[in-house]
Amino acid sequence: MSGITLAASRSAARVVGAVTVLAAVALVELAIRGGAINRFIVPLPSEILLAIPRIIVDENVLHRFWQTTQEILWASLLLAVVGIPLGLLLYRVRILRLACETWVAALAAAPIVLTYPLFLVIFGRSATTIVMIGFAAGVAPVILKTIEGLVSTRKVLTDVGRSFRLSPAQQFWKILLPAALPSVFVGMKLGLILAMINIVGIEFLINFGGLGQLINELAERYDLPGTYGAICFVVLTSIVFFDVTERLERWLRPIE
Amino acid sequence: MTGLAISGWRIAMTRLAIVAIVLAAWEALAASGLLFRDVVPSLVAIVQALWRLLGNPDFYANLGITGAEIGMALLIGGFAGLAAGILLGANRFLSRAYEALVYYLGPTPKIIFFPVMIMWFGVGTGSKIAMGVVSCFFPIAISAASGMRQIDRVLIRVGRSFRASAWQMVSKIYLPAMRAPLVNGIRLGLGVAIIGTLLAETKLSNRGIGYLIIQAYSTFDMPRMYALLIVLFVLSIGANAIISRLGAAKSPRAA
Repeated sequence: MSGITLAASRSAARVVGAVTVLAAVALVELAIRGGAINRFIVPLPSEILLAIPRIIVDENVLHRFWQTTQEILWASLLLAVVGIPLGLLLYRVRILRLACETWVAALAAAPIVLTYPLFLVIFGRSATTIVMIGFAAGVAPVILKTIEGLVSTRKVLTDVGRSFRLSPAQQFWKILLPAALPSVFVGMKLGLILAMINIVGIEFLINFGGLGQLINELAERYDLPGTYGAICFVVLTSIVFFDVTERLERWLRPIE
Repeated sequence: MTGLAISGWRIAMTRLAIVAIVLAAWEALAASGLLFRDVVPSLVAIVQALWRLLGNPDFYANLGITGAEIGMALLIGGFAGLAAGILLGANRFLSRAYEALVYYLGPTPKIIFFPVMIMWFGVGTGSKIAMGVVSCFFPIAISAASGMRQIDRVLIRVGRSFRASAWQMVSKIYLPAMRAPLVNGIRLGLGVAIIGTLLAETKLSNRGIGYLIIQAYSTFDMPRMYALLIVLFVLSIGANAIISRLGAAKSPRAA
């Protein structure tokens, strides 16, 4: 297939994908208007669309968005200043790594977010609780990927450092860290996405803070178009967040 | 091996030392009164609560309910995800048209769909199962799609030259050939299904482990809450380990 037809078929596929989504929405609209779907369970998609500007203005969405963003930023700061040094420590002290690495991997598979009542007891119903849960949910991949990056530094690089008689500090800053960075960034990306998911989720669950709470509040008011609209808004926001972190990670990753 | 090799015995001793230090620090924190009383209860209280919990038939009834919800969610979400993944992986046009949707919806917080699930499926187990399904569909679909693309073309051609039917292609060629990525998808799917189902239980329910946890929280029975969380962690980490063993075992081309 030539390049042009390939690109054409690719964009044709995208158009088909977008048209399918729009068609599905139109079908739901028709089914509700025809009475096949109860409009007290699923509001009209057109009503949802109309509700979005209303909730953006009335519910102070920009402020909420900023609140959630701040929580995510704090959690990511914690991930970087705690997770990366922990990975470094486990790399440096080999016996610790051999003893703990499987524990960290097990922690990565554990449903940490379910301990949120515990965080509530310790930190209260506050932004600190939300930030700490975001951090706890995302820290394991940061540690694991930091270790992975440091361990897989090519031996020839460390040998070059040694032949230049670099001090341990120089060896770390000039050789190990740059070599490990791509993997560290992957870990930070994973950690950040996990933190974001859990932060919005906990905001919803404990009815506190930014975007997650908005959905809870609208649902409790039984504002159906508003609830659906807010869910669409939050889903779109997290898709944008996911896309931005992916691009950032790719952009930061040095050329190998 | 060089002199750098560290014996298993030393690793075991280090682990033991870490556990001992953590437990001692915990007990010291509990006795110090630095935190509010009972936020960090004494280990004795936690072990006692664990003992009471494991001897309580009511706990097993709730565990059974949560287990059934998660199992049901994994069954429905797993089959839906598998079907979607096979279709997306097998057909390039479908993949270009729809895979971005699955890929981008995957890492969104699923629990925010809970109010909608309550409206659709009621306040009972239905909405909890639905939360599990919504959670586990995505990792399983994404893994199945990428697994499909990794299948050796020769195997597919062999199947076609034997004029295998669509079902035979799926059961004899696709599924066995994509076992490792699929098992990994199921492992990830189980993890998020547990989270989705239990978070939903903590938000609104009157039974299940999530309900027990939030009940222990509201009555401020901290030892019981720790006991419940310990059991939950042990069970989910255990299930995760068993599934990854299944993926690793007798994988002929892993080496």
